Amino acid sequence: MSTVKISDLHKSFGKLEVLKGVDFTVESGQVVCVIGPSGSGKSTLLRCVNLLEQPTSGTVVVDGVDLTDPDVDIDAARRRIGMVFQQFNLFPHLTVRRNVTIAQERVLKRRKDECDRVARENLEKVGLLEKIDAYPPQLSGGQQQRVAIARALAMNPSLMLFDEPTSALDPELVGDVLSVMRQLAEDGMTMLVVTHEMGFAREVADRVVFMDGGVIVEDGPPEQVIADPQHERTRGFLSRVLHPGA
Amino acid sequence: MSAVTEQRDASPPEPPKGLSPRQKQRVSRGVQYAVLLVVVVVLAALADWKAIGQSFFNLDVARQGLPELFTVALRNTVIYTVSGFVLGFVVGLVLALMRLSTVAPYRWVSAIYIEIFRGLPMLLIFLLIGSLPLAFPGFELPGGVYGSAALGLGVVSAAYMAENFRAGIQAVPKGQMEAARSLGMPHMRAMVSIVIPQAIRIVLPPLTNQLVSLLKDSSLVLMLGVTAAQVELAKFGNDQASTHANPTPILATGLTYLLITIPLGYVARRLEARQGAGR
Repeated sequence: MSTVKISDLHKSFGKLEVLKGVDFTVESGQVVCVIGPSGSGKSTLLRCVNLLEQPTSGTVVVDGVDLTDPDVDIDAARRRIGMVFQQFNLFPHLTVRRNVTIAQERVLKRRKDECDRVARENLEKVGLLEKIDAYPPQLSGGQQQRVAIARALAMNPSLMLFDEPTSALDPELVGDVLSVMRQLAEDGMTMLVVTHEMGFAREVADRVVFMDGGVIVEDGPPEQVIADPQHERTRGFLSRVLHPGA
Repeated sequence: MSAVTEQRDASPPEPPKGLSPRQKQRVSRGVQYAVLLVVVVVLAALADWKAIGQSFFNLDVARQGLPELFTVALRNTVIYTVSGFVLGFVVGLVLALMRLSTVAPYRWVSAIYIEIFRGLPMLLIFLLIGSLPLAFPGFELPGGVYGSAALGLGVVSAAYMAENFRAGIQAVPKGQMEAARSLGMPHMRAMVSIVIPQAIRIVLPPLTNQLVSLLKDSSLVLMLGVTAAQVELAKFGNDQASTHANPTPILATGLTYLLITIPLGYVARRLEARQGAGR
């Protein structure tokens, strides 16, 4: 289990300031959903947590390690942080088995049979053990995303980051991915989830963070942020998301 | 509903003046066939077929080149080509990685190398390699002529392949590198295990074409001065032609090249088509 502590995080792309001073924490075992309109900086925030984006200023501390410290071993830190992408990003030239074992073998230096055992265990968890010898392009989007989750879990991360994991999926495939994530939350995984799935956020999240314009507007339990938002901007966003076309 | 039905003009259309476009097309095609026929007939009448047969399709002369045409000349051509390709492949890949490096001097070195070796005639490179012993007396490249040939073909094809690899690496979606890095792979490991294998798949068709042009360029090895055992196809054909005072061996050599280049070109087109279909 893991804790995340972000303080005064700024991130600019050229002249465009995407994150304008973000402070927040994720306690060990918590599930935090980040919601907000597109362009609000929520994906950038998530990508700063495993340093796929280098923060312009501020600190990101995961498990007591300051990732923004120039001397930190970022590869070692990333091993403990699983990441699931909107576009899955499975390795299309490798089988499902190899997708799940390659980093265990090359990064964690696990023995081959150990890698295979862990791969099977995690594919079982996401319900795709029978696809172990398939190639990613042969799978549906939902299946690919579940393999991507298994791939991240095989590294035994203490924190899982989800960047809009269901946004690229056909509506009927969303449920399978969400139920895998729900199971993961029940098992006590620390999760930071950028999502548009309000139902998932309301049900599973311990906290919901609403971002807009590069800052956190509202941060609290889902029954407050989603059901009874305090800020005008949150209310406006939620009404657009929950009642589109109204 | 309107009951008005438009009265179509029942009378046949007025015949157009002159020829219709379709008739013009037919006449034009007829003229083209006629011209072709005339040219063929004139050539057939004027050509001295016996002399041509004697000079270019002289089977007796061709037979004297066997089996060395295949066992020596073709074999050497393949050795020169493959060793040059392997060297070019490795150096080209390194150059492509340098070209994409975050370290600016690496990018410069790679860019300069590529510009120079793409801009020079391969013949000049071979002349240069051939004259190395003049510059450094007693100096000899490992492998003798074989080493020199691999070097000449390799350094030039590396420049072309570097550009292919660079394009291929850039064509691999950025998310692949990000996924690999977020699994804790260092940059180089992610490059080697994830990005480069996909990039090579992407550039397989242009690499096959590169192999074909290397095969043809391997004829320049004759500039290095080779022994009878090191001779490749082009020089072999030329030597045989001189010996017999007959150009048939040159034609035979040409056919031998085509024996390889045509199937390879076919493979390249198949790979291209398959890539166009997938993804």
